[in-house]
Amino acid sequence: MAIQTPNGFTLDNSGKRIVVDPVTRVEGHMRVEVNVDENNIIRNAVSTGTMWRGIEVILKNRDPRDAWAFTERICGVCTGTHALTSVRAVENALGITIPDNANSIRNLMQLALQVHDHVVHFYHLHALDWVDVVSALSADPKATSALAQSISDWPLSSPGYFKDIQTRLKKFVESGQLGPFKNGYWGNASYKLPPEANLMAVAHYLEALDFQKEIVKIHTIFGGKNPHPNWLVGGVPCPINIDATGAVGAINMERLNMVTAIIDQIIEFNDKVYVPDIMAIGSFYKDWLYGGGLSGKNVLAYGDVPQRANDYSEASLRLPRGAIINGNLAEVHPVDHADPEQIQEFVTHSWYKYPDESKGLHPWDGVTEPLYELGPNAKGTKTNIGQLDEGAKYSWIKAPRWRGHAMEVGPLARWVVGYAQNKAEFKDPVDKVLKDLGLPVAALFSTLGRTATRALESSWAGHEMRHFQNKLIANIKSGDSSTAHVDRWKPETWPKEVKGVGFTEAPRGALAHWIKIKDGKIDNYQCVVPTTWNGSPRDPEGNIGAFEASLMDTPMSDPTQPLEILRTIHSFDPCLACSTHVMSPDGQEMAKVQVR
Amino acid sequence: MAIPSSGTPSPSPRILVLGIGNILWADEGLGVRAVEAFHKAYEVPDNVTILDGGTQGLYLVQLVNEHDRLIVFDAIDYGLEPGTMKVVEDDEVPKFTGAKKMSLHQTGFQEVLSAADLMGQYPERLTLIGCQPLDLEDWGGPLTAPVKAAIPAAVETAVRVLRDWGVAITVRPEGAVVPPLLENDIDYEHYERRAEPAR
Repeated sequence: MAIQTPNGFTLDNSGKRIVVDPVTRVEGHMRVEVNVDENNIIRNAVSTGTMWRGIEVILKNRDPRDAWAFTERICGVCTGTHALTSVRAVENALGITIPDNANSIRNLMQLALQVHDHVVHFYHLHALDWVDVVSALSADPKATSALAQSISDWPLSSPGYFKDIQTRLKKFVESGQLGPFKNGYWGNASYKLPPEANLMAVAHYLEALDFQKEIVKIHTIFGGKNPHPNWLVGGVPCPINIDATGAVGAINMERLNMVTAIIDQIIEFNDKVYVPDIMAIGSFYKDWLYGGGLSGKNVLAYGDVPQRANDYSEASLRLPRGAIINGNLAEVHPVDHADPEQIQEFVTHSWYKYPDESKGLHPWDGVTEPLYELGPNAKGTKTNIGQLDEGAKYSWIKAPRWRGHAMEVGPLARWVVGYAQNKAEFKDPVDKVLKDLGLPVAALFSTLGRTATRALESSWAGHEMRHFQNKLIANIKSGDSSTAHVDRWKPETWPKEVKGVGFTEAPRGALAHWIKIKDGKIDNYQCVVPTTWNGSPRDPEGNIGAFEASLMDTPMSDPTQPLEILRTIHSFDPCLACSTHVMSPDGQEMAKVQVR
Repeated sequence: MAIPSSGTPSPSPRILVLGIGNILWADEGLGVRAVEAFHKAYEVPDNVTILDGGTQGLYLVQLVNEHDRLIVFDAIDYGLEPGTMKVVEDDEVPKFTGAKKMSLHQTGFQEVLSAADLMGQYPERLTLIGCQPLDLEDWGGPLTAPVKAAIPAAVETAVRVLRDWGVAITVRPEGAVVPPLLENDIDYEHYERRAEPAR
């Protein structure tokens, strides 16, 4: 029986059900169930996540100045972004400002994380949804070299280089362990690249793996260590002593020069490897424009990267801020995190309990009381779910909504908002990509669009890093070496009871923390993370979330190989591990793969 | 568990002692807490790096690449009694991390090892010091008693492996000021002091 959702999708769960991954709460896994029709086209999608959201349990009564260290541990890939969001929330609550140098350094760290995450996500977690590794074994190294040289002047492109890569890969495959490449659906009809493009992509996979270590050095320089760099309420923890030589921890000219050199490398890698690869891959997949989901309808961006310290207004933020509703790009709505009517979380379909579940709660008033129960149409047991009942509660993820709308967040959302605002730095690169591929603007709203805007954003971020590095150096040279404001460090200087909100754009989308502080201690702390937006279950009105919407109407080449599902879900860069099991309707395991 | 002798170690092999896991998730934090305890109790020479790897997964590959030998602490589900320690060495490690429901970070850490291998940087020696967890679902909770009790033995195992590799490690003198591995209230004592047990 088909159901029409308020946000414009027709759901039909009468066809064959395909289940991807069992629910487990270890490290936050996700699971997707879809129904396909007789032509193997997805007609219903159900996404569930196991991110248990109880950070307030851990943070209650702790020192707000330490909250960043805890939130940095929530997720293995968003560490620094959570820390930055946390210190901003505390500063917002307590009216603490940061010096200009701290703003530049935080932006450099945030942008470095953005580039690092985008590069690693694309090459190591997502490329293999587009690139057939086994096919690379049959590539002609000479033709691969010609292909590489036709798209970029990146120096690592000789026939001998690709021959060596192919030999290494061959050895790896023949050893019987495909290592990071195992469990792929190699040979699936949805892989479209010729062997040479596949071999080039494998070479860049290895180069990116080697290069990413350079990017994180920026975190070590400014954050003192990596992984888990240090952060500070009121600024940044690294002192600046520009004339010092070899001072432990202090930022001196030698270290700043090191950062400058890494930024140059980042810009070169983005512009000579990452973006050209996306264009090359895109040219073979430009007929595969599925996966748009909510992106052409409702997108949300909080904005980030403030040009001016302590100015988080739209005018100061260099990443765009705003909400677009019903695909109306002519109107970008302002977003207010403090307005109780705007951002609300619902739990009608989530495994939590509210006093009145027809209403949503603003995060400042958020509660997290678990209620794990399966609906009447679920199959299996609570410890071994066979099939979820999406008519009932079915996810550990809450359903955040902006003014009642399900929203997509992430690079594509940010770039759509920037595009709608006619900002040249976002609009021009998008128009160029579309023109070069011969595609209309509508093509942007797709899995490919999500993957392409992430690459454009990585490139944008590299150039932004150069901007803030120059700003930092100029400011230091003008005699300002301040990196932290400590006048309101002591809890005795704080009001008895305050609340605040901090926001960032994490690599995978809009992230905010809401905090309440009472008597110098944390009273409530709620995080709404990007994957909560994108991975949200249905709401009381029946609106489906971004993951679910993105899978709708996608044809599968082979339902026993959920390549298309993974390709689209991975394009969101979900902060959930995603291992998959494909089950037949009678519960037999048909195929199994671990992807992330 | 037998720790086979390693033969003649090369001069100053670079050694990484790594703890992995999520400290916010009860026994999931074992790996990090074990490396923290090791760091608190022992002083190591310059060729040994002590690292809290958290849940960084693939991001740890460069650290593996930069070292010749690797000791990893991790919570591992062997289906044994909670708190039971199991040590796996060298070629056995990928086999174990690849087995179903073994290391809780098996995907992450297996990927790290495979990636290191593909880059031609696979560690020449590898010891996984695993411990069977009891509770992994208590978000925000402390280590459970049997797992907490296993930490000293896990630390001593690492000490034996290192000494066997010819590394001169020394017990820190009593009352020594040790720069903490984890700070800002997430060090073991402070985290545990306020962490609420499961409801």
